[in-house]
Amino acid sequence: MKDIYKILEERILVLDGAMGTMLQRYKFTEEDFRGERFKDWPVPLQGNNDLLSITQPKAIKEVHRLYFEAGADIVETNTFSGTTIAMADYEMEELVYELNYQSAKIAKEVALEFTEKEPDKPRFVAGSIGPTNKTASMSPDVNDPGYRAVSFDELRIAYKQQVEALLDGGADILLVETVFDTLNAKAALFAIEEVKDERNMNVPIMVSGTITDASGRTLSGQTAEAFLISVSHIPMLSIGFNCALGASQLTPHLEILSQKASFAVSAHPNAGLPNAFGEYDETPEQMANQIKEYLDKHLVNIVGGCCGTTPEHIKAIADLAANYKPRIAEVSV
Amino acid sequence: MTMSIENKRKYLKLSGLEPMIVSAETNFINVGERTNVAGSRKFLRLIKEEKFDEALDIARHQVEGGAQVIDINMDDGLIDGKEAMIRFLNLIMAEPDIARVPIMIDSSKWEIIEAGLQVVQGKCVVNSISLKEGEALFVKQAKAIKRYGAAVIIMAFDEVGQADNYERRIEISKRSYEILVNEVNFPPEDIIFDLNIFPVATGMEEHRKNAVDFIEATRWVRENLPHCSVSGGVSNVSFSFRGNNAVREAMHSVFLYHAIEAGMNMGIVNPTMLEVYDDIPKDLLEYVEDVILDRREDATERLLDFAETVKGTKKEQTADLAWREESLQDRITRALVKGIDQYIEQDVEEARQSADKPIEVIEGNLMTGMNVVGDLFGSGKMFLPQVVKSARVMKKAVAYLLPFIEEEKKKAPQSPKEARGAGKVLMATVKGDVHDIGKNIVSVVLGCNNYEIVDLGVMVPPEKIIQTAIDEQVDIIGLSGLITPSLDEMVYLAKEMERKHLNIPLLIGGATTSKAHTAVKIDPQYTNAVVHVNDASRAVTVVGDLLNKRSNQKYIGELKEDYEKFREGFLKRTKKKEYLHINDARKNKYKIDWSTTSIVRPNQLGIQIIDDFDIKQLESYIDWTPFFRSWDLHGKYPEILKDEIVGEQATSLFADAQELLKKVFEEQLLNAKAIYGLFEANTIHDDDIEVVHDKKVFKFRTLRQQLKKYQGKPNFALSDFIAPKESNIQDYIGCFCVSTGFGTAALATAFEKEHDDYNSIMIKALADRLAEAFAEYLHEKVRKNDWGYASDEMLNNEELIKEQYKGIRPAPGYPACPDHLEKLTIWDLLKVKENIGVALTESLAMWPAASVSGYYFGNAEARYFGLGKIKEDQVEDYATRKNIDIDYAKKWLSPNIQE
Repeated sequence: MKDIYKILEERILVLDGAMGTMLQRYKFTEEDFRGERFKDWPVPLQGNNDLLSITQPKAIKEVHRLYFEAGADIVETNTFSGTTIAMADYEMEELVYELNYQSAKIAKEVALEFTEKEPDKPRFVAGSIGPTNKTASMSPDVNDPGYRAVSFDELRIAYKQQVEALLDGGADILLVETVFDTLNAKAALFAIEEVKDERNMNVPIMVSGTITDASGRTLSGQTAEAFLISVSHIPMLSIGFNCALGASQLTPHLEILSQKASFAVSAHPNAGLPNAFGEYDETPEQMANQIKEYLDKHLVNIVGGCCGTTPEHIKAIADLAANYKPRIAEVSV
Repeated sequence: MTMSIENKRKYLKLSGLEPMIVSAETNFINVGERTNVAGSRKFLRLIKEEKFDEALDIARHQVEGGAQVIDINMDDGLIDGKEAMIRFLNLIMAEPDIARVPIMIDSSKWEIIEAGLQVVQGKCVVNSISLKEGEALFVKQAKAIKRYGAAVIIMAFDEVGQADNYERRIEISKRSYEILVNEVNFPPEDIIFDLNIFPVATGMEEHRKNAVDFIEATRWVRENLPHCSVSGGVSNVSFSFRGNNAVREAMHSVFLYHAIEAGMNMGIVNPTMLEVYDDIPKDLLEYVEDVILDRREDATERLLDFAETVKGTKKEQTADLAWREESLQDRITRALVKGIDQYIEQDVEEARQSADKPIEVIEGNLMTGMNVVGDLFGSGKMFLPQVVKSARVMKKAVAYLLPFIEEEKKKAPQSPKEARGAGKVLMATVKGDVHDIGKNIVSVVLGCNNYEIVDLGVMVPPEKIIQTAIDEQVDIIGLSGLITPSLDEMVYLAKEMERKHLNIPLLIGGATTSKAHTAVKIDPQYTNAVVHVNDASRAVTVVGDLLNKRSNQKYIGELKEDYEKFREGFLKRTKKKEYLHINDARKNKYKIDWSTTSIVRPNQLGIQIIDDFDIKQLESYIDWTPFFRSWDLHGKYPEILKDEIVGEQATSLFADAQELLKKVFEEQLLNAKAIYGLFEANTIHDDDIEVVHDKKVFKFRTLRQQLKKYQGKPNFALSDFIAPKESNIQDYIGCFCVSTGFGTAALATAFEKEHDDYNSIMIKALADRLAEAFAEYLHEKVRKNDWGYASDEMLNNEELIKEQYKGIRPAPGYPACPDHLEKLTIWDLLKVKENIGVALTESLAMWPAASVSGYYFGNAEARYFGLGKIKEDQVEDYATRKNIDIDYAKKWLSPNIQE
C-alpha cells in the first residue's frame, strides 16, 4: 500500500464524518446496546457507543462502509471512549482491550475491501483516541484548585493499553482527538512513543484539538498556537482541530496552524453549531461551502467532519477537495 | 509536503496558556526567579509554612512585573520537594494570570523534575541537566525530557566539575550539544546553555574575569552551536553587593546589556531588580562597567567606594498598584475579575461599613463585580479557569461577611428557613448523560456564594431529582446535560415537575442547551421560572435574583414574559402568511349541498348514561400505536413488535401492558362511565350551532379557518357540517364524555408507594388508551344504534382507527376546535359532572384524566381539519358571540391567535 506521507503530498485526504450521528439513526435501545452477552450487566449501557463494536458490529461496519463510499480516505475507529478511564462509567474497564481491538479490526476489514476494489485509492484506519472524561490540568473542585481527578501516569497507562489494542487490531494511524486538555494529549502521545519504542515500529500520528468557546481557547485555556507548541515534540503526521465549532468558526484557528505548523494540517469540524434543539442542521452544501474557504486559502491537508456530519456531508467535502491541491507547509514564526 | 526548513533559523518555542517564541526579534526572555526557595527566603518560608496562597502571589507578582517564564524551585532539605512542586504547579495551573507564561521546572533532583513535567500542559523548560553524573544518565534524562515535550537547560558542568573559564565553558557545551543533537535527536532549538554566571567584585583575583568569560563564551556558543539559546542566573553576578540594591540593579543591567549583545537571550532575572540601562547615572555606570568588563585593576575598589554613596536611595517596590487608588466598587470589581484576593477583605470591610446590612455588600458590590465577570465570560473575554478563580475571591469575601451577617440575624430573628444560609440548590446531570464538568463548576461557584448544594451527580433519573427536591426542600433545581437526548430529558423533567406541582425555579445549563430551546420547549412546560444559564458566573446572579425575597416575584414574572416573547419571536420566524377577514372566510366556507345530502333522524334523541360498563369489551378497540409513542417507541402497532430496532423493547412493554390489563379486567380495577346525547340542531349565523334540548337552547360556538387558501379550497368551521337554519332542514348533533379513569389515581399511588414507577406510569398510559377505546366503542354504538345513520357499517378495528366511518367526533381543545371553553357548554348540556362525576379543572382539563369528550357530527361530508391561526377580528367576533370578555377570549385562544 502506498505510503500515506506520499499521498499527502499529492492530494487532500478526506477523513470520515460523525459516528455518533450515524448510530443515532439506528435508534438502538438499551437491549440493543447490551446484546445477548451483556444482558445482565449491572449498569445501564445505552449510550456506550464504543460497545456497539461488539454488540452491533454490522451497524459499525455499515457506517464505515458508507463513509468510504462517500469518498473518505480515512475512517476513525469507534473507540472515542476506549480507555479504562472513560469506560469506568460503564464498569467496563476490563473490556477496553477487546473494544479497541474489535473496533480496529472491523474498520480494517472494511478498509481492505475498498482498497482491494480501488488500489489507486488506498483506505486507511485511524485509531480514535479520545480525551477521556477527566482533565489532568484542571481541578473539578473549586475549593481545592490543586486537586486533580486523574494523573499523568494514570492517563499514560490507560492510553497505552488503548494504543496497543488499536495497533493489534490493525489501525494504520493513531488519532489523538478532541483534545480539550493538552496534558491529557501529552500523556497519550507519551504512551504512543513508549509503544513505538517497545515494538521498534513507527506509526503516523494525528493530533486534533478542540476549541470550545468564543475566547478561542481549549477548555484548559490554551490558545491554538500554545497548543501546537505543546505537542510539537512528537513527529506528527498532522495537527488540527475538530468538533465544538462549525467550519467557518474554525477558520482563524486553522490559519494559525497552517502558518505555524511544520506538519500537515487537518480539520474535521461539526456540521455547524448545534441549533436550539441540539441538532446539527447544516446541509452538506452549506458545510462544503465553508470548507471551500479552507481549500481556497490552502489551509489544510486533511479534511473531514465531526458531530452532525453524515456520508452526504463527506461526499460533498470529498468532491470539493478533489479539485484542490494540498497545503504546503511554509513555516513562519 | 514539508518544505526543507533545515537551513532556516529554528526558534525556541515555549508555551503556557499562550505561546512564547524566542526569536531574533524577542531580544531577551526574563525568567522570574522569586519562586525559588533557594533564591527567596520569603518564598522558602511560605512553602515551609504551606502558605501556598501567598506563594502564588509571588508568582503573580513576577508575571505582572514582566517575567516571561517563571522558574520554580523547591530544593530545600526541610521541604518534601516533589510534593511541593506538584502542589504548587497544580495551583499555578488554576491561575490563568500566572499560567499564561511557560514554566521553568528547576531542581537538582530528577524525581522532582519528572513530577513537575507530569502536571504542566504547556511546553516547559527543565532546569537543568548536565554531564556531571556521566553521559549515560545525561542521555537517559534528555530522552525523557524530549518525550515529555520540554526544552532543557544544560549546565556547563561535566564529570570533572563546573566550567569556570572560557575554554571549559566551550568544551562542555560543545560536547553536550553533540550528544543531544546526534545521539538523542534532541531538537537543537530546545537546548539552552547555562554557562554559569559567577560573582565579580569579590576582591578575589580569580573572579575578575567571571563576567567577561561568560559573555565571550556566550558569543562562541551562539556562533558555533546552531539554534541553541544561552541563559543564566543574573543576580549571581552582583552577589558581593548584597544589601545595596541600587548598585546591584545597575550591575544586572550592565551585565545583561553586554551579555545580550553577545547572544544571551534568556536569563533568570528579578524584573523588579533591574535598572533601565539608559537610566543608570553616568558615574555609577562607568564604575559598574569597569567591574563587569574587567577594564581596570582598581575597578572593584572604586565601585565599593562609590556604592556607599548610593545605598538605599532606590525604591524597593515597583508592582503596579495604581488600581488601589480607584473607587471602592472598581477595586472590588477588579479583584473579582482578576481573581486577586489580597485586598478583598479590606475592601469588603470598607463596603460593609457604608452599607445598612452586611448582606447588601454581597447583593450589591460583589454581585456587581460578578456580573462583570459573567459578561466578560459570556463575550469570550474571560475563560473558565479565570471565572473559577473569581468565584474563589467571591467566597473569601462572603466568608469574611458571614460573621457579620450572622450577627445581623441575631439582632433581627428570621424564620428558620431564612436562617439557613443563602439557599439550597439541587444540581444534577439528567438521566442518560455522564458529563458533569459544567455542572460541577456551577455547583462550586454557587457553593462559594454561600448556597448549600445538593449534588445528585450524573445520570440522575427525573423521579430522583423531584423526590430529592421535595425531601430536601431545595430552593432551586439546576439541570445539566451535554448530549442531545438530554434536552428531551429536561423537557420531561419540567413536565414532571409541573405534573407533580413543584414550585421550585429550574435552571437549565449544558453545552447543547440554549435560550431558544429553553424558551420554546421547557419554559412552557413549567409554571415556575425556567432559566437558561450557561455559565457559572451568571448562575450566581440568577440564583440570587430568584431567591431575593423582596423582588423575586417580579423577577420571575419578567423572566416568564421574556421567555414567552423570545418563544413567540422564535416561532414566528416562519414566512409571512396571508389571512382573510372573518367575513370573507365565511363567504369561502365549506358548502354541503343540503338539498341532496342525507340526514338521518336519530333513533334515540336525548341524553343516555352508561354507568356500569364492563371495560373488557374495550379490549379490541384499543389503538396501541399511541401507547408505544407514550413510551418513546415510535412505530405502528402491530408492526412495531417486529421492528428491527425497537421491536424487542416494544414486545416486552406490550407483554407488561397485557399483564396489567388482564389484572385490570379481572379485578375490575378501573370503572368506566359514559354520557352522551343526540339533539336537534341547526347552524345559525354561519359559525354557531344552535342545539335544542328539553326546550332549552344551547349554542356551540365554532371557530373558522382564516388562512388564505389556494383557489377552490374552503375555510372550514365545524358549523359547516350542520344544516343552516335558513335551509329549513332539521339537522342533528351529538356530544359525549367517556371516562375510564375512575380508580387510576389510587392504583398509581399504590404503585408509587412500592416505588414501582413503571407500573404507575403504565396504569395511567393504559387508562388513557382505554378512554380512547371507550370513545371509539361509543361512537360506533351511536352511529349504528342510537343515531343509526350507519346501521349497516361493518368495520374492523384497524378501519375504525383509520376513521373510515361516516361522521366525526372532534373534541374541544383539539385542532378543529381548540377552544377548551366549549367543554363548559357540553358539561352544561349533558350535566356531565352531576351524571358521571367527570369534573373540569381550572384549566379545563378533565378529571379523572383518562377521559374523552367531544361532539358527534353525522354528515358524510364531515371531516377533521386543523383551525390554524386566526386573526383578532374573529377573536373579537367570537367574544361577542360568546358574551365573554375579549381578554378572557384571547387568553384561551392565544396559541391560535396570529399577531
